[in-house]
Amino acid sequence: MAAASGGRRPVAVVSFAQSDMVRREELRNDVEVLQPVIVDVFEKVGLTKDEMGFVCSGSCDYLVGAPFSFVSALDAVGAWPPMRESHVEMDGAFALYEAWTQLQEDDIDTALVFSFGRSSMSELGRVLTLQLDPYYVAPLWPDPVALAALQARALIDSGRYTEADFAAVAARSRRDALNNPHAQVKGEQTAEELMGDDYVVAPLRRHALPPITDGATAIILAAGDRAAELCERPAWITGMDHRIETHSLGARDLTTSPTTRRAGEAAGVVEVGDGSGAPVGVGVDVAELHAPFAHQELILRDALGLGEAVAVNPSGGALAANGVMVAGLVRIGEAASRIMDGTAQSALAHATSGPCLQQNLVCALAAEPAGDGRR
Amino acid sequence: MSEPVTMLETPIKIEYEFTAGLAQSRYLKGISEGKFLGQRCPKCTKVYVPPRGSCPTDGVPTTDEVELGNTGIVTTYCVVNVPFQGQSIEIPYICAQILLDGANIAFMGLIQEVPTAEIRMGMRVEAVWVDKKDLGPTMASVKYFRPSGEPDAAYETFSEYL
Repeated sequence: MAAASGGRRPVAVVSFAQSDMVRREELRNDVEVLQPVIVDVFEKVGLTKDEMGFVCSGSCDYLVGAPFSFVSALDAVGAWPPMRESHVEMDGAFALYEAWTQLQEDDIDTALVFSFGRSSMSELGRVLTLQLDPYYVAPLWPDPVALAALQARALIDSGRYTEADFAAVAARSRRDALNNPHAQVKGEQTAEELMGDDYVVAPLRRHALPPITDGATAIILAAGDRAAELCERPAWITGMDHRIETHSLGARDLTTSPTTRRAGEAAGVVEVGDGSGAPVGVGVDVAELHAPFAHQELILRDALGLGEAVAVNPSGGALAANGVMVAGLVRIGEAASRIMDGTAQSALAHATSGPCLQQNLVCALAAEPAGDGRR
Repeated sequence: MSEPVTMLETPIKIEYEFTAGLAQSRYLKGISEGKFLGQRCPKCTKVYVPPRGSCPTDGVPTTDEVELGNTGIVTTYCVVNVPFQGQSIEIPYICAQILLDGANIAFMGLIQEVPTAEIRMGMRVEAVWVDKKDLGPTMASVKYFRPSGEPDAAYETFSEYL
């Protein structure tokens, strides 16, 4: 079990880059979308790929329908001379977890993490259905919107939230996205105006759904003194953990996210206080939550005990751009950027995978390394 | 009790709309005009064909377009004797790695108009295209390669591409 950093080697995000997030890349292939992002993430800290101790990527071959597409994506990085390299068939946030683990070994000081995905090339709903239980659920072809709608209905039935609360989340996301040059869905509409949207699958109206997004992103991690050399204000990872729930949807309480809460506890940003059992977020100025559907942000806020003082998704979040395999790593990059640009002292990033928030990762970031302070 | 279920069929079908990308689109446009277009790495100066927009060694964009010749070298080959489902060419036939003149990477091509016993490494070959009116942005525009009649290339000229 991962714990908040005591005794660990401090590792920080020192550079972050992303492409513009768009509905459809008409002309460029994966490598061509990714390449400028890789160039950008290196230029920001004056590094080259030859200086990377480890490279790890996250992507999904099903998105483009090409086996081993993650191997050819390495053309955007350059793979000679041979390097230490790995890949996860998951969001790039989980690739970052692997890189963070690798950096605990003292023989490397830097790692490149990247992810990419063009969701526009296929029927995304059908692709994502293939991650479901192959015997009893996938043959029914319930798409992600239908499953999220079941979750949203359960949340409304719990009495905690209403459709108007979903609209308020979407309105705030779109407004915040006006300040994010890479975001795809942005605007000034009020929650009341958004309530005029039609249902896609009740109780989810159009605004409660994420856009379909093509894009790519990259992060450079550095350990110890190297991080401080490369970046004026590194965003130190003070804790990180990820947890998974059963893939049997009927066995879960879809209105809560116990794995997010536990990952938050292990990352050191959630405490369960005073016998009430209610989680309380601690030491978080900004939270970037990977909530593809509006109601999921509400579930995540509750699981992490985030109060009104915490700025949630100032980037616009996944409702503003939801690159499959990309949006989770972007959350870490956006949260780290708030520390690197001096607007926050501490931040939390969350990434999810699977239907209805099945898998959850929490990454705690701060302007100062945690634990014993050893660099 | 009835027989246990031991197998379950779950048909899966997903349709894709493929986009070739900028570099490969340029290449396919060249093919539809009856020529091979490669791209050069600004760093290591190697020429890639078909180009993929990036140098896989250096990880930098390949922006410099290079028109390659219609001739090249068989670096290595395989004689296909085994029938398989969907086979469109009469066996035996020759599948070869062909290093186009001016390129720094070989690609796979069909060799015809030569007895299978005579194919060899270093053989000089040329592309045979479909009629001009039938050219299109598809590799079907290149019917096959055949011996060009030039003397064989020396081993040293292609040994690094094996």
